[in-house]
Amino acid sequence: MSKDKSEYLINRKDNQYEVVIGLEVHAQVTSESKLFSTSSTKFGAEPNTQVSLVDAALPGMLPVINEFCVKQAIKTGIGLKAKINKRSVFDRKNYFYADLPQGYQISQFKDPIVGEGKVILDMPDGQKEVGIERLHLEQDAGKSIHDLDPKNTFVDLNRSGVALMEIVSKPDLRSPDEVNAYVKKLRSIMRYLGTCDGNMQEGSLRADVNVSVRIKGTKEFGTRCEIKNVNSIKFMQMAIEYEANRQVDLIEDGQSIDQETRLFDTKKNETRSMRSKEDAHDYRYFPDPDLLPLEVSDAFVENLKSEIPELPDEKKKRFIEKFKLTPYEATILVSDIETSNYFENVIKKSDVKLATNWIIGELFAALNEKNLEITESPISAGNLSKLINLIKDGTISGKIAKTVFEQMMEGDKDPKRIVEEKGLKQESDPKALEALIDKVIDNNRDKATEYKSGKVKLFGFFVGQVMKVSGGKANPQLVNEILKKKL
Amino acid sequence: MSDITKQSLSELIKNIRERKISSTEATKAFIERSEKSKELNVYVTEDFSAAIEKAKKFDQKPNLDLKLPGIPLAVKDLFCTKNVKTTAGSKILNNFTPTYESTVTKNIWNEGAILLGKLNCDEFAMGSSNETSFFGSVQNPIDKGLVPGGSSGGSSSAVAAQLTPITIGTDTGGSIRQPASFTGTVGLKPTYGSCSRYGIVAFASSLDQAGPMSQNVRDCALLQEVISSYDEKDSTSIDFKRNNYSKELTNNIKGKKIGIPKEYRVDGMPKEIEDLWKKGIEYIKDCGAEILDISLPHTNYALPTYYIVAPAEASSNLARYDGVKYGFRADGENLIDMYEKTRSEGFGAEVQRRIMIGTYVLSSGYYDAYYLKAQKVRKLIKNDFDEAYKKVDAILTPSTPSSAFKIGEKTNDPVSMYLNDIFTVPVNLAGLPGISIPAGHDSKGYPLGLQIIGKAFDEQNILNIAYAMEEKINFKNKITDWWIK
Repeated sequence: MSKDKSEYLINRKDNQYEVVIGLEVHAQVTSESKLFSTSSTKFGAEPNTQVSLVDAALPGMLPVINEFCVKQAIKTGIGLKAKINKRSVFDRKNYFYADLPQGYQISQFKDPIVGEGKVILDMPDGQKEVGIERLHLEQDAGKSIHDLDPKNTFVDLNRSGVALMEIVSKPDLRSPDEVNAYVKKLRSIMRYLGTCDGNMQEGSLRADVNVSVRIKGTKEFGTRCEIKNVNSIKFMQMAIEYEANRQVDLIEDGQSIDQETRLFDTKKNETRSMRSKEDAHDYRYFPDPDLLPLEVSDAFVENLKSEIPELPDEKKKRFIEKFKLTPYEATILVSDIETSNYFENVIKKSDVKLATNWIIGELFAALNEKNLEITESPISAGNLSKLINLIKDGTISGKIAKTVFEQMMEGDKDPKRIVEEKGLKQESDPKALEALIDKVIDNNRDKATEYKSGKVKLFGFFVGQVMKVSGGKANPQLVNEILKKKL
Repeated sequence: MSDITKQSLSELIKNIRERKISSTEATKAFIERSEKSKELNVYVTEDFSAAIEKAKKFDQKPNLDLKLPGIPLAVKDLFCTKNVKTTAGSKILNNFTPTYESTVTKNIWNEGAILLGKLNCDEFAMGSSNETSFFGSVQNPIDKGLVPGGSSGGSSSAVAAQLTPITIGTDTGGSIRQPASFTGTVGLKPTYGSCSRYGIVAFASSLDQAGPMSQNVRDCALLQEVISSYDEKDSTSIDFKRNNYSKELTNNIKGKKIGIPKEYRVDGMPKEIEDLWKKGIEYIKDCGAEILDISLPHTNYALPTYYIVAPAEASSNLARYDGVKYGFRADGENLIDMYEKTRSEGFGAEVQRRIMIGTYVLSSGYYDAYYLKAQKVRKLIKNDFDEAYKKVDAILTPSTPSSAFKIGEKTNDPVSMYLNDIFTVPVNLAGLPGISIPAGHDSKGYPLGLQIIGKAFDEQNILNIAYAMEEKINFKNKITDWWIK
């Protein structure tokens, strides 16, 4: 690895290699029905229960475009600050496979619905812009299941015809970390827009990863390999790491790199050749004569623009300006629409600074531990807000609050009730505190004398003792004040 | 009533409405004649007993307001019919029974008609003589051993032999008009987008259109009125105001301007065809219409353009017949082997030829030179018509360069077979309506047709011209029932 922390380089003898990565992300469009048919897209249904005559490619069946999916694609394009093409064309990508009933996939080849755009990444050493080459709409294929029978392959067509957006980046990514940030940002934008749920376990987001290497400082790109269909960010990173090193080793060994399609074996953590350039399919793309070119009006696009919510970049800016958050805090809080919604709900009625700390600190840690999403948080935004207010108005100390918080995580909802029932209310009565403090000083006469003779460090000891005697409930600020006077 | 089958559709409807004959009688009459006509081989699937049941049901509570009240009819086996086997003339679909109905046939049944059965056709509508059908060639009732044209050969033969009062075919490059011309019947290829393609086994999606085939122009107009509808299930269906073609039919074409394209005077055109065309011009003049010479300069390129575009689309449309989901499957060692065996055994030679041509012209490195160039030429051909229609209301041409030929005569010469479509393919490439009407006989006594090509959506106009000419021509088909023993 490189010495410069921010740069991902592969070192061999005298050479430093830079890794060039481009991603083709396949994002499933959030839509009730498929791209060209009315069948449901619901995940997890019994095999072949969501298959229309069109999806199964029966003779004489014709595709009819789902307008909602078109809107979703355009919205995504707007979210990627991309050019929306008023006229796009659906093409047929011809190839034979058992889970491709038509014998072709309807996709967009020459004229995609969305053109060039960009995505901003927040990297530790600043922002990075990644170019978007295009976004196009296409059908998903069905699923072949090979392991149910020793001789036969089973085919499930539930996915057949589901709408996908293929989002192609420019070769602007330079490290596995940037790929991580890019996919997360893309996912975040689409979740803000409601155009893709980004659920990688259900296959809603997958990517083909193009990797090449070149000696640092070279202008020309090296020969790339495409790693097909990687379905988690972690695997993408692992695949890139392996593939980049493989390519560097080949070059260092005086060999050349074959342009090819490769597969990532998640068990062995390596990429394997799937087919070479010579064996590449000739997809015989041509405009689908069953579908007219897709034309959208300016008004149609403008109307969709008005439906676009505040997106992460804008929200981050607002959080920094309005709530005085640090860029770091803002980045974390806007990374996911649900998190930012939660945050904004908490601060409706409570202190921003405290809320920020509690969400980023305690809440995230606790959710992480339980492996929960923010939407599944046992503590509602309203209740966290109440807890923060109890701290703010001095009813409980920050330390006690942590105890209350833990209780709340276990499903005990109302922090006020917890404080009352457990008697955790902070002692803020000066008289009661004075009595406590007198008692502590009385019991530690020798230390009090030492303090007075200049051993000021002992102040902390007294605070500790008071807190201990009070069972942690003494108001620390008042304790400080009174102690100072008494000693 | 022994002469039921001799009646035209309009006569039959009139007699049923006037309760002179019942639907059951009519249905039985056509079935009876069909039973005696097996030698013509028009049927792939007979649905006779179901038809009689339906006819009886109709007669119990006849709705005589319908446009096709209790009319029995057979349709080309390219239309998917619910619960009735649909083969497209191919082995690969020999076991296929749809669970759904094509929009065009649904429109017909909704108007009270009754399905007699499914009519033979060239495999996947690829052919001009009905000889590529897996179910064997069809005899032309005009003469023994004569092709009925194609691809709607079963349909043209059935109408000419009066085994069905009327029928529907499909026309991708002439598959309605050429067989109509070969059998002395009327065939209309409507404007692209007029009839829904939903549920029709696809050959070449940008060219395919369903249309009526009948004994006379009035019947043709009536059926066109029934089958033409806007359909959301077909993205290329066009929502335009459709006429009541039969009601608005008139023989008054005075003042209409009819164009004669000089480019259709092809080299080696038989004198009989030339003479027929001249006669047609005279008929038009007799009707009070005006004749104008026009030019369609890119006509020469139409056939090669068609034989790139149509196979290209077909190669992709037929990819779904892979043995995986339905239809014929041959066992194989693995998936690829199964595909190869299924498609080699399931498709006939002509279909395989076109799949290969289509695959070739779409391949990388050839796409620009063939498919893309063809699309450009197609645009020029369309522009030619647009230009012509600034001056004329319709165009008159021969339907075919010859009369019907013998079975087997051209099977080993695909190019000479393809030349049959020379006058019809430009119409499909331009998406226009065209009608073929019988206009005379050649020296052998075989029928010859003339084609009237209209502006897009102007079916009414070409039907009117055809109707006016029909009156003047007074064509009589010479059917001797030679096949009935």
